[in-house]
Amino acid sequence: MSNIKTLRKSILSGRTTAVSAVEESLKKIKSESDLNCWINIYEKESLEKASEIDEKIKKGENPGKLGGIPIAIKDNMLVKGMKTTNASAMLKDYVSPYTATVVEKLSSEGAVIIGKTNMDEFAMGSSGETSAFGVTRNPVDTERSPGGSSSGSAAAVAAGHVPASLGSDTGGSIRQPAAFCGIVGMKPTYGVVSRYGISPFASSLDQAGPLAATVEDTAAILEVIAGYDRMDSTSIKREVPCYAENIEGSIEGVKIGIPSEYMQEGTETAVRERVLAAAGILEKLGAEIKEISLPLTKYAVSVYYIIAPAEASANLARLDGIKYGLSADSGKDFLSDVTASRTEGFGSEVKRRIMLGTYVLSSGYYEDYYIKAQKARTLIKNEFSEAFKIVDLIFAPTSPTTAFGLGEKTGDILKMYLSDVFTISANLAGIPALNLPVGLDSKNLPVGAQFMGNYLSEELIFRVARALEKEIKSSEKQ
Amino acid sequence: MKNSKYKITIGLEVHAHLKTQTKLFCRCPNRTGAEPNTLICPVCTGQPGTLPVAGEESVLQAVRAALALNCKINKYSVFERKQYFYPDLPKNYQISQYKLPLAENGYIEAGGVKIKIDRVHMEEDAGKLVHRKSETLIDYNRGGAPLIEIVSAPEITSPEQASEYLKKLRQILVYSSVSDCDMEKGSMRCDANLSLNLKESSRLGVKTEVKNMNSFKAVENALSYEARRQEELLLEGKKIDQETRLWDENNNRTAGMRSKEEAHDYRYFPDPDLPPLVVQETVVEEIRKSLPELPASKIERYMGEMGIGEYDARVLCQEKEGAEFFENAYSKLEDKKKGVKKLSSWINTELKGKMNTEGMDFKNIQLDPGSLAELVNLIQSGKISGKMAKDIFEIMWNEKKCPQEIVEKRGLSQISGEDKIEGLCRRAIEENPGLAEKYLTGKEGTIGPLVGFVMKETRGQANPSMVNKKLRQILDGKK
Repeated sequence: MSNIKTLRKSILSGRTTAVSAVEESLKKIKSESDLNCWINIYEKESLEKASEIDEKIKKGENPGKLGGIPIAIKDNMLVKGMKTTNASAMLKDYVSPYTATVVEKLSSEGAVIIGKTNMDEFAMGSSGETSAFGVTRNPVDTERSPGGSSSGSAAAVAAGHVPASLGSDTGGSIRQPAAFCGIVGMKPTYGVVSRYGISPFASSLDQAGPLAATVEDTAAILEVIAGYDRMDSTSIKREVPCYAENIEGSIEGVKIGIPSEYMQEGTETAVRERVLAAAGILEKLGAEIKEISLPLTKYAVSVYYIIAPAEASANLARLDGIKYGLSADSGKDFLSDVTASRTEGFGSEVKRRIMLGTYVLSSGYYEDYYIKAQKARTLIKNEFSEAFKIVDLIFAPTSPTTAFGLGEKTGDILKMYLSDVFTISANLAGIPALNLPVGLDSKNLPVGAQFMGNYLSEELIFRVARALEKEIKSSEKQ
Repeated sequence: MKNSKYKITIGLEVHAHLKTQTKLFCRCPNRTGAEPNTLICPVCTGQPGTLPVAGEESVLQAVRAALALNCKINKYSVFERKQYFYPDLPKNYQISQYKLPLAENGYIEAGGVKIKIDRVHMEEDAGKLVHRKSETLIDYNRGGAPLIEIVSAPEITSPEQASEYLKKLRQILVYSSVSDCDMEKGSMRCDANLSLNLKESSRLGVKTEVKNMNSFKAVENALSYEARRQEELLLEGKKIDQETRLWDENNNRTAGMRSKEEAHDYRYFPDPDLPPLVVQETVVEEIRKSLPELPASKIERYMGEMGIGEYDARVLCQEKEGAEFFENAYSKLEDKKKGVKKLSSWINTELKGKMNTEGMDFKNIQLDPGSLAELVNLIQSGKISGKMAKDIFEIMWNEKKCPQEIVEKRGLSQISGEDKIEGLCRRAIEENPGLAEKYLTGKEGTIGPLVGFVMKETRGQANPSMVNKKLRQILDGKK
């Protein structure tokens, strides 16, 4: 499927229609259902919305910035009247009573919500394998993981089902799958995108963001979903910049740091090589490349696996089978019913994290774990702040490996957790980060590199990523 | 406990519902009496993806309450999640404040003693469980309603003082219009901690927490029971278990609910959905300025400026509306200095008596404070007698007319004309020669029955002091 910019031109000029764009998308989705990217497809609704858009265009009305563009959203985002499962048996029949702010924003700019994508259960996972609806396959190599937790959102874009999708990123859940599938994905600065209507994993880390084939499309989507929301007290009050419009430009003199800790033995050679090659291109484009050090990176995973489960254990407490969701009858008292519902409704990774979170918040452990982790988090934030005094952006591998095989890491939890070692820091610090495909390894698997920037530096990230993307694409053509 | 070797230490935790338009973290209406589950939304029913947004109005009301309780407002306070599973708690955690509360270090004066308030913090209420034969239903209307929790220092020394503290607390919160504080309706709830220790010792004993008390009287009874129970155990050489006990109103006793081992670990942690609550100094000052005059300072003013006795001043200030009624009437007195005592006694005895028998209060009476002032003015100027005033008051109450109008319409004006009084007196002497005779022989007490005769003849309309004076004048002239 063509990118947003091209498709939008075609729809507006009448060369194609929103309806045929949606039909094409639906056709592709159906023909590639074995990828298992989707949990729910809104066939009827999306065709209706597309014909509304076509009507508007016919009447000469503005169809919106994303008029008629098919977009996928992760199944942790609520759409009123539609199911939001979070890829969990717990919510497999849960019908949303309201619509998430990001979805409202997409719809009001004419985007057509094609459906909901598969994901790791409650966004807990790095491979797409914890879904109660089955694993998602990587379109690049169907025996491999598309990454996670936004597995379906990445796979659907990579497979060309839709030009763009929304994912959510708590510890790398947009960037790592984007890297594994060879597409662009961005986690904005914490607070740029409203969290209202997105089922939380870890509230202080969660941030929704776009996945798309190009940097420009990613910017175009972010421009629509960003902005202050009075329903989210943690969203930032600030005018939304025109990300897509300001994307082209020189990167002359931009200082870019490559952290040595990201380029050591734990990182696959091919990944390091591709990242260094990309750095070479950046340098050629006038950027100043520096080696920097982020020594606290090694603590990020430990800190993350205290804070994220702690918040998750409270966030998921509401799923008790009383008001909605899977409800098991123990035949005994209230607490037994709740225990039965949660035992049946949650998968093992979710249970593991709930227990972990409950433990670190318990009396007697709180100070040693939760409080300590918060202090370490502050140090990690400070380390980034210091780094951004020296460089404008940080450039590093998104993941130490390219896409691993399905089932390869499910037996080794720690290995799985370490797959997010390079993405977690940005969430802990709250800074923006974008994955860009920077080439292939020897198995023809995409290598992803990420740009991390200071708070609210999305425009700079987009500009530099766009410049690099252009160079890489033109060299591929040669 | 008077002759006990132990002394009692009590600390109270009071929850009061704030009066606001909307709930604490969503904009659903905050009111009672609606059909179950009609005042709810995705936020207050804990749907996935919803987020709390602190309502400004609730925060301002809480600040107002804290200031009325002489607290220091913390510029930064933090909402935390208090976690426990219970069906009336939609998120299975309650958003409350823990380490950094909204306000600290206040006090209340109760029974002449300053009782310290450790903290005032904000939190959301839970829903309500409705138990039926075979099922339990949940009404979330109340879920998310704004509450403040007021925690006293463990400085209360008797159940009576606890009750006094609660009354004072309620009075202040109602005066400041932050809460209705109706214990029976649940808009004010109280939990108490009580421990005993030897009088000579300064180390506090093991405490028990008592819950489920639905009135001031219940608090007093429950704490008296609990003090006696603990004393008996200690006298027998037994230990007190640190536990939570429920007051059983019907059987007049407390019963163990859960022990310390079973106590909840609430796993508090700062709510990541809510940034720290910031209350600017300017806002605090604005609210401080807008606080109404509170009872303590009113009583002082009534006693000082107006010369009212302490008892009457206290009774007048019991309720804000009562004090307002009094002040309104006071402003319309012709002779404030002389009239104020009469006015306060009229309000405290006649008016309150009437309100009691008719089951009314200052919020719903129809009587206009200006009318009562007019009635006192009429008495003061001698136009009507005290006895007549009572009759006029009855008519005022029933027919909602002003006293001047009643006096005129019914010809009730007091007879004060010199000639008329003299005529009446002469007739009284003529018709009661025996009484007149006795007076002349020195038994001056017979003047009373003679005055009574005149009053009876005139149906109370004659000015009694003039009649008395005139009778003496006539009879003394015959000596």
